Parts: sequence; C-alpha cells; structure tokens
Amino acid sequence: MTAASHAEHHHTSLGVDSRKLGMWALIASECLLFGSLIATYLIYRSQSVAGPSPAQILDIPVTSVSTFVLLMSSFSIVLALHGIQSGDIAAFRRYILLTALGGTVFLGFQTYEFTHFVQSGLGFSTNVFGSSFFMLTGTHGTHVAVGVIWLLSLYFSSVRGKLTEDAAIKVDTMALYWHFVDVIWIVIFTVVYLFVFV
Amino acid sequence: MSATTPVAAAHGPVHGTEHEHPGPKTYAKIAIVLTVITAGEIWVFYIEQLKFLLVPVLSVLSAVKFALVAMFYMHLKFDHPVFTRLLLAGMVLALGTFLALLALFTWSHPLLKLLAG
Amino acid sequence: MTEAVLPHPRENYGLSSWLTTVDHKRIGILYGVTAVVFACVGGIEAMLIRTQLIVPNNTFLSPDLFNAMFTMHGTTMIFMFVMPLNAAFFNYIVPLQIGARDVAFPRLNALSYWVFLFGGLLFHLSFVTGHLPEVGWFGYANITTKQFTPGPEVGLLGSVIPKGLQYPVSGTEFWIVGLQLLGLASLIASINFIVTILNLRAPGMTPMRMPLFTWVTLITNFLLLLALPVITVALFQILLDRHFGTRFYDIGAGGTVMLWQHLFWVFGHPEVYILILPPMGMVSEVLPTFSRKPLFGYPAMVYASAAIAFLGFSVWAHHMFTTGMGAMATAIFSAATMLIAIPTGVKIFNWISTMWGGSLRMTTAMWFAVGFLAEFTIGGLSGIMHASPPIDGQHQDTYFVVAHFHYVLFGGSVFGLFAGLYYWFPKFSGRLLSEPIGKVHFWLTAIGFNLTFFPMHFLGVDGMPRRIYTYAPGFNLETWNFWSSIGAYITLLSALVFFYNVFVSLRGRQKAPADPWDARTLEWAIASPPPAYNFASLPDVQARDDFWYRKHEAKTFKPEPEHVHVVLPNPSYWPLIVGAGITLMGAGFLFAYVLTFIGVAVTLVGAYGWSFAKFEG
Repeated sequence: MTAASHAEHHHTSLGVDSRKLGMWALIASECLLFGSLIATYLIYRSQSVAGPSPAQILDIPVTSVSTFVLLMSSFSIVLALHGIQSGDIAAFRRYILLTALGGTVFLGFQTYEFTHFVQSGLGFSTNVFGSSFFMLTGTHGTHVAVGVIWLLSLYFSSVRGKLTEDAAIKVDTMALYWHFVDVIWIVIFTVVYLFVFV
Repeated sequence: MSATTPVAAAHGPVHGTEHEHPGPKTYAKIAIVLTVITAGEIWVFYIEQLKFLLVPVLSVLSAVKFALVAMFYMHLKFDHPVFTRLLLAGMVLALGTFLALLALFTWSHPLLKLLAG
Repeated sequence: MTEAVLPHPRENYGLSSWLTTVDHKRIGILYGVTAVVFACVGGIEAMLIRTQLIVPNNTFLSPDLFNAMFTMHGTTMIFMFVMPLNAAFFNYIVPLQIGARDVAFPRLNALSYWVFLFGGLLFHLSFVTGHLPEVGWFGYANITTKQFTPGPEVGLLGSVIPKGLQYPVSGTEFWIVGLQLLGLASLIASINFIVTILNLRAPGMTPMRMPLFTWVTLITNFLLLLALPVITVALFQILLDRHFGTRFYDIGAGGTVMLWQHLFWVFGHPEVYILILPPMGMVSEVLPTFSRKPLFGYPAMVYASAAIAFLGFSVWAHHMFTTGMGAMATAIFSAATMLIAIPTGVKIFNWISTMWGGSLRMTTAMWFAVGFLAEFTIGGLSGIMHASPPIDGQHQDTYFVVAHFHYVLFGGSVFGLFAGLYYWFPKFSGRLLSEPIGKVHFWLTAIGFNLTFFPMHFLGVDGMPRRIYTYAPGFNLETWNFWSSIGAYITLLSALVFFYNVFVSLRGRQKAPADPWDARTLEWAIASPPPAYNFASLPDVQARDDFWYRKHEAKTFKPEPEHVHVVLPNPSYWPLIVGAGITLMGAGFLFAYVLTFIGVAVTLVGAYGWSFAKFEG
C-alpha cells in the first residue's frame, strides 16, 4: 500500500491537476469580486456632488502605456511557462523576471497616477467617484502586487534549487492567476478609462 | 491532452505537462494581435466621428482581447473543458447580476432619478 | 514532523495533534464541536430575547441590549452555527462518500477551520469589550456607518497605545471584521470542496453515481464561491467608510444606501440556499436508508438542486420589494421567486415518494427527516406568499417574516441537521445515540419549535413589528407572545435532552458497527470511526448506492483488511500560523493598526513556511 498510495494520490477523476482546478475556481470567484467593484464604480462615477469628475482627471495616454506593459507581461509569462515545460531553466528564469518587472512597472505607473490624482484634488474621500475608483483600481493593484511577490518567490526558489518535481504545474497555476489579473485589467481599462465620456 | 474524453478521464493518470500547448511562435502572434487591438482601441477613442460607435466597438474589441488571452495564454482552447466551464460560470453570473443591478439603478430607481435631477 | 506513516490516528492524542491536524475527519469534528458551542451562545441570546418579550412593557433587557441580542443571535446562528455545522458534514462525510483519502488541499482545509474559529472568536470578543453590534445580521448601511454607530471616543486599548495608532470602534467593527473572516474561511473551503468533488472521486464514481449529499455539497460550495465575493466587497466599503473616510454610504456625498442593500442581498439570497441545501442532502440520505428504497427520482433531485441554486442568484431583490424599485423590476423578481417553488416542490414530492411503499424504520434520524418535510413545507409556503409583492408589503418587518424564516431555518435546516447528526453520529464517534432519548428529544423539539414560531404568524398579521424591544398591552399581542416564549423554553429543554443523549451515548460501552443502519453509501463500508486513511484500497464503484449494490445485489462486498499502512500528509502548524496572521490583519481594525502590519508579516512568514515544509510523506 505504501508504494501504491503516492501514485494514487496523483490520480484524479478529471485527469487534471487539482491546483490548476482550484485556481480556476478562484478565478470564477474573482469575477464576482471585480464585478461588484466595477458595478459600484459605474453606479457612483457620475453621482458625486463635488470634486473632480472622471472626464476631468483620467489620463488615457499614460494608462494606455501601463496597460500595454501589463498585456506584454502576459506574453512573457507564457514564455516562462514554455521554458520550464521544455526544460529550459535559463529561459524560465529570464522571462519570469521580465514578467515581475512588467508587474512592477505597472505598479509604478499606478503609484504615479494615484499621487498625481491626490495632488490634483481627488483622494478616496473626495467624492463617491474617488472612493469607488480607488477601491477598484487599488484592489486590482493589490492583486498585481501579490502576483509580483509570487513571481519573485518562484524565481528565487528556482535559483536556490527548490523548484523541482512539479515546478511546471506551479508555474502553470501562477500563470493562470497572472493572466486573469491581466484580463481583468483589460475590462477595467475599457470600462473605466475608455468609456470615460460615455 | 488525453483527458478530454470522459472514459480516459475517469481512469487516466495526470499528465501535468503534456498539454499540446502552442509554442512561442503562436504566443508571439497573439501578442502582436493584442498590441494591434489595443492600439486600435485608443485610436477609436480619439476619433471624433466614431463617438457613436465607441461603446459597441470597444466592448467587442475588449472581449476579443479577453478571449484571446483566455484561449491561448490560459490554454482554455487546449485544456480540459471543466476549466472553461468554471470561468464561464463566474463570468456569466457576474455579467448577468451586475448588468441587472446597473439596470435597476439607471432605469427604475426613483431615488436615483431624484438625485440625478 | 517525522511521522510520515500514521498507523492509526486514534493513537494520536493531545492538544498538538488537534492543532496540527490536516485529517478531514478531525477537522470535521473541530467544525462540529465549535459550531455547537456557538449554537449554545446563539441559543442563550434567543432565550433572552423571548424572555424580554414574554410580557408587555418588559424591562428585562434594555432597548440597546435587545438590539445587540437579535444582531448577535442572527449572525451567530447563520455564520457560526448552521454554516460551520454544514461544513462539519462536508468535511467528514464527503471524502468518504466519494471514496477519497482526504480533501484535495488538506492544509487549506485546516486553514479554513482556523480562520472560521478565530473570526467567530473575534466577533464574540465584542462581549468582552462591552461594545456589541446593534445593526442586525444584514447590517444595513447607513446604520453601520459612523453617523449612526459612532462608538466611543477612545480606542479599546485606552492609554496603552498612543491615540494616533488606534481607532475608536463600536460593536459594528466587530460585526464587519468577524463576518469578513468567516466569509474568507468559507471561500477557501468552497474551493477545496469543489476541487475535491470534481477531482478526487474513486474510480467509477461518475457524477450521476454520487450520493445526493455529495451533490448538494458541490452545489452549495459553488454558491459560496460565487456569492461570498460580493459581501466581501460590501463589507470592505463599510470598513473603508468607517476607517478612512471614503464616501460609499455617505448620503450627503451622493452615496446611496440602496447599493448596500443590493450587494448584501446578491450575497444574502444565495446564502439562504447555502443554509438549506446541505440539510436537504442529509434528508435525501436518511429517507432512502430508513425506507429501504433508492431515492425516488434521483436525477430530478440533482437537477432540482442545481435549479434552486441557479435561480437563487436571480431573486435577491425580493428582499427589497418595499424599497420602491419600480413596477417592472418588482414584477420580474416576483416571478423569478415564484419559479423557485417548482424545483422545491419536485424535491418535496420526491422525498414523499421515496417513503411511499417503503418498509419504514422510524428511527430518530427518520423522525427528524419527516419532521423536516412537514416544517420546511410550511416555511416554503409562507415563502411563496412573500413572493407576491402586495402580500410582502403587508408582512415586511413583521413577525410573520420571523415565523417564515424560522420555519425554513429551524424547521428546515436544523431538523435536517439533527437527522444527519443521528444518522452519522455512529460514523463520527463509533457510538450510537440512544434511540429512546432521541425520540424524547425529537418530540420536545417539534413541540417547542412549533409553539415558539407558529404563533409568530398570528403576531405578524396582527401587526407586531420585528426588532422592537417591547410592545404595549391591549393590542391582542400578549397571549401569543407568552406562548411563543414558553415554546422557546421547551426548545431549550429539548437541546438539554440532546446534550444528555450525546453524553450518555459517548460514555456507553456499546460500540457501533461499521454499518448500523444497513445503509447505502460508501462511508458505511468502512469502520466506525474510519481509520485515518479511510479506505485501505480505493473502491471501484459499480453503481449508484454502490455499497448497497455490493451488499445486496452483486454480493461482492468484503470487509476491509485491518492495519494497513498508507502514507498520509504530515500534520502541520502552518495553517494555524497563517490563520492567526490573517486574523491579526482583521484585528488591526478593532484595536490598533500596528496589528494589521504584524498580521501581514505573520501571514507572509507562514505562507513561506507552508510552501517549503515537507508535507507529503
């Protein structure tokens, strides 16, 4: 029994890895989380009684750049995944760092944006637009930050040789999270920024 | 991958890495398409004459981007359909619920009509 | 952590074995015991409420304390009693029913429990501080904003910490933070159970061979997965409003309290199915076993459960008919609500048909299951009444609504849970509960429950409002309030009889066999209580009700060999540490923000240790 159980442990009914399945379940849940935040934003964005409105303050060109950076980090993480799946550890490490860099750049842009808004008179307590905007983009930024920490810990555990037997699945699971954070930003960018005059 | 048929799925072992995932070439093509669409979105945004088309065009373009990332980068096109179903469950429910919620607030809420003047 | 091979779990005694356990059965027991302790607290609160209302113009509780009691009672019974007791059954029974050795993520399972426990304790810490929440279980904004529940001038830590580092809190904070943690616990658990049921079934356990309890567990956890994020967002909005001055529910700044009501009920309506579906599953196991017949219309039961869950997401605004949503919205939500009666009716008729023509054995579990059918139907019918907006307008905020939801929550969920407890108790403990005492328990519960809650229908239509601490004499409210309170005391007595039953049964010498009821599903094929590894060899499932099939039809059943060695996951302290870290993050909003930063640090360290600890043997 002792010998058999290890193999049995990895037997699964659907033939898929449980961690990936769990990540997809989490993603389903996150749809409702971001849905609530986006709905709150859309209900509140034009209800403010004072202060800057979205059209007065949102900066489309700057955010387009950071959106592009995040989109490309999705590209780099599939390359990292391909690297680890095909045994090319050097490529994996290169691209996982590049992805973390992309996430960090995105967070840098967001920090700049938030600071700029506060200087222009829009804080989270200025009006209901400010509250719902900062909560939505802040929650997304927190997800990116968690992702960057996760990416870096994958990188460092690879360097220290601790990323071994099921490394590909671990990276695969993380990549799913990263892509989801990216596609949610696609939605946020469109709804919050590009629909600003609608 | 092998587990797409239910019979094989019930008994087959996990082949975590043997998905027939596309290679870097496909990924690069997708990246280019994503870039072009994003550029297109921003272009549409700045064209005065297309104002009336803004919402439908941008919604469709964003949905295409979303779908491309989900299908190719997240491998939904190649992986077990249960993953697609999970994502769809979350998305359909979120869209249905929150579109209904927005409708409640914009169309029929006397309180908000009052507030909006 | 060297015990890679755990020969027999019952030899591992002591506190540390419970603190580090990742065994789904032990975690199930932890959930169950904790839920029952919280139920006692919630029950005492109910007794205080009924004592205050036993005569008009009573001064037993102050108005403030009365508000606190119904808030604590509702929140405790829903989030700290019925939900975790359901989770106890998910934990203990589902892996056994699908022929698995554990859940998909054993350590996440332990984490769920610790976050639940700490969240419940944090919520109840409000008793110690003397600032109890007085906002109802629904916490409507803007009762929950600083405008209406501002709290005292100084923080709870007084002069221990400089003023700038702490925050003056009211009981509302305890409600917000407690609920947030309890929600997180359920969310983590929901992912775990969805993956477990989808991915860890024994060979041959196809979806349509799964026991109905496993089915409703899957469906319930989908409800949790998809409903909880909405309340998470709403709770954060309130928390940010209170702590950092955001304007979500500030009317003067353009905020609307309707948003809270919508977000709360988008979560809150699926929540009622989260409470009732698992007990429905338990009844669906008990009735076939004691009728010696397969569940009537099994596929219809599966589809009906799924339909109830799906429709449950589209009816939230029926809690808001009197807010003036407009005729069109009200009509749509009314029609959608009435639709739910169809799959629910399918279930009721299937349960009755299961018993029809069966050779019934009226054990205590069976009595509670039949009681469930009767009481739940009454609650379901008054629910259909509320689906009609004009009737709802009459009943809104009266005791009629209190009667309705206690018939579904107590008459439904709690009766179903008792049926499940009597049925599976031998599997949990290796001891059978006493049947004679059980019958006394059942009849006292049935009499006490109906005497408490049926008169509330009359009180409601006579115009007695909910959540008011007293009433004046001379409005025809005295008689039924008196009898309702007497009913509550009888219910209390019935609970004492139940505890006595558990006590004498656990001390009794008579051990339960593996299959005391001649039951149908896989958990009865193995010893009571099961060994740590559950199944010596994973079952090869041939049929629905596989154990019954192997016992009585194929005649291929062989008892399992004793004393096999299976490699099991190592016990781990990391779930406890991460759970403590997450709790500290929440506690920062109650005492001093520095705790939040400590909590983040503890969680990160815990997550690091978690990732690199040697877990599998």
